[in-house]
Amino acid sequence: MWQVYFKELTELVRDKKTMFFVILLPILVFPVLFGIMGLVVANVAKNAEAEEHRYVIINADKAPELTEALFYHKNFKKVESDLTEPDALKQAIRDNKFDLAIIIADDFTADVSNLTQSKWTVIYNMSSQLDMIDKYFNDLLSDYSKKLQLAKLDSLGVGGDKVEALLKPVTLEKVNTAESRENLGEKIGGFVAYILIPLCLIGCSYPAVDIGAGEKERGTLETLLICPISRTSIVLGKFFTVLTTGLATALITVSSFGGWGYVIGSLMGVDIVAKTMSTLGVTDLLLILMMLIPLSAIFASLLLSLSIYARSFKEAQNYIGPLTMVVFMPLIVALMPGVELTWSMAMVPVANVALAIKELIKGTMDLGMLLAIFASTVVIAAALLAFCVSWFQKEKVLFR
Amino acid sequence: MIKIEALAKSFAISRGQKLSDSEKQDVRYSKKAFHSVRNVSFDCGSGEVLGLLGPNGAGKTTTLRILSTALQPDSGSVLIEGVDVLKQPVLARKKIGFLSSSTGLYGRLTAYENIAYFARLHGMSETALKQRIEELFTLLNMHDFANRKADAMSSGMKQKTAIARAVVHSPKVVILDEPTTGLDIMTTQTVLDFIRSLKQQGTPVIFSTHHLDEVASLCDRVVVIDKGISAFSDSFEVFKALTTEGDLRQSFMAVINPTGNSKEHN
Repeated sequence: MWQVYFKELTELVRDKKTMFFVILLPILVFPVLFGIMGLVVANVAKNAEAEEHRYVIINADKAPELTEALFYHKNFKKVESDLTEPDALKQAIRDNKFDLAIIIADDFTADVSNLTQSKWTVIYNMSSQLDMIDKYFNDLLSDYSKKLQLAKLDSLGVGGDKVEALLKPVTLEKVNTAESRENLGEKIGGFVAYILIPLCLIGCSYPAVDIGAGEKERGTLETLLICPISRTSIVLGKFFTVLTTGLATALITVSSFGGWGYVIGSLMGVDIVAKTMSTLGVTDLLLILMMLIPLSAIFASLLLSLSIYARSFKEAQNYIGPLTMVVFMPLIVALMPGVELTWSMAMVPVANVALAIKELIKGTMDLGMLLAIFASTVVIAAALLAFCVSWFQKEKVLFR
Repeated sequence: MIKIEALAKSFAISRGQKLSDSEKQDVRYSKKAFHSVRNVSFDCGSGEVLGLLGPNGAGKTTTLRILSTALQPDSGSVLIEGVDVLKQPVLARKKIGFLSSSTGLYGRLTAYENIAYFARLHGMSETALKQRIEELFTLLNMHDFANRKADAMSSGMKQKTAIARAVVHSPKVVILDEPTTGLDIMTTQTVLDFIRSLKQQGTPVIFSTHHLDEVASLCDRVVVIDKGISAFSDSFEVFKALTTEGDLRQSFMAVINPTGNSKEHN
């Protein structure tokens, strides 16, 4: 068995394609990709913040202070328009004549004696995810409202401390019982699982194709089968090779991300990485690894079974595509907001490991549940490995 | 010494599989299974070369795969030096060397590594395998490309490597499945020379082929398989004398289509 294992590893190490997938991709390509992605997002946000919005204001003279504040706001630019009807304004915005229309109610007056609520209208395109118009305008409006409030209260004879008592009868002091790592874990834990688990799958899939279907395609399988070692040893040798590469990919990626994160963090003075690393103990990391081993074993057995069944590289790759989808499904479910690790979730393969990784990073893992997840994953992995071994004994699989 | 008796092997037909018209006419197809090999018997003594002839799809490869223990037969026995291959496949595999024209090498391993890998799988010690590989490299004149990766080899070099790999464990029987199909003349010669050298050493060789000239120059015994049955099994001289002209092609046709006076011989 170890003969097969070492030979397969030697062969894989010499293969440029495998090395690309296992080492170069996580070390160089992924960080660069994520870096570019981050830059793009940051840029988009920055652009959105700097964008100038053209506005039209109706009945501007009713609220001169607000009108003035709008006029001098760096993100707003006044545009003249004759339109006053909401429908006409809407159409004009659609036609890109301007971006925002503010209709101040006809009966509005800033006078302190006015004690009725006034209803204004704003019209703009709200489909943007970064709704900067809303943010800027609300800031202006709440400043303005506050001034009116104070003036009106003052005219009613309310001043000093009474203002606060009236406007905000109760204030809250929040005491968070969650440790800082729990907050951080909730934010990044899911993301870590989302990277680690697919990486294990990717790391397993190329070698699996190569040493299963590839062996058939090259015509070396028959020779291997008539060597005086049992077919079980052959499969196990191959299985451990695939498992090794899957785990290696995940480990290399994590350390590369850690390394890059550290470099970037120390260059740019961001200490998120240091904070993250300091909250995670060695035990937690080992536990995460411990969860990944049986999960990778599941992937390795599945992929190897498919690959041995396939007649050629191409056929094997066709089978692996749908398998990837099947793996991603529970992973996505696990990372949906609001999905918590419960006993029923703990029985869903892949999803349970993803949630467990998140909990481990948060530092709120229930040990009993962790063991249950580990055990169930090991059982599934063992069953699949047993299937893979018996699959490899079948003539109709080997000689198709 | 190898003795094969009444081998039979069938493959299940999957339910959805439609049979073509020509397949329906083949007597070996039943509703549930394809009886690839129905009754094959022959034997081959030490120092003898046995040529396995037969039309495409006759069951030659299946027979050889059973001999090499890659496939398990439904019934029959294969005795190699008294060891029943079917009962002790792992033991029998040590006695068999197998090679076919489609046998591949691991492209990213060198000639030496390819051979050494199989030697290790055969349980040879490091010193024994080093010595044996050295011996084979000299015999096959392979020292020039011992450390070249198989991907970068010519077809002749690959075939030599494959030969060395097949006999690295000094097998008691060598089985070759169409070893010369698709090879150029030079490489074919390498294979034929190798068969001759095995014969000189007294190792029995069983090989399937479509080339009657190879049979004429090498074989002591001839077996013709037709529709899964060994229709002829005797010495080369008897095979040649099947027709009065002494033409091998005619003899072969006489076995496949037994009409007139040249009737079955098994």
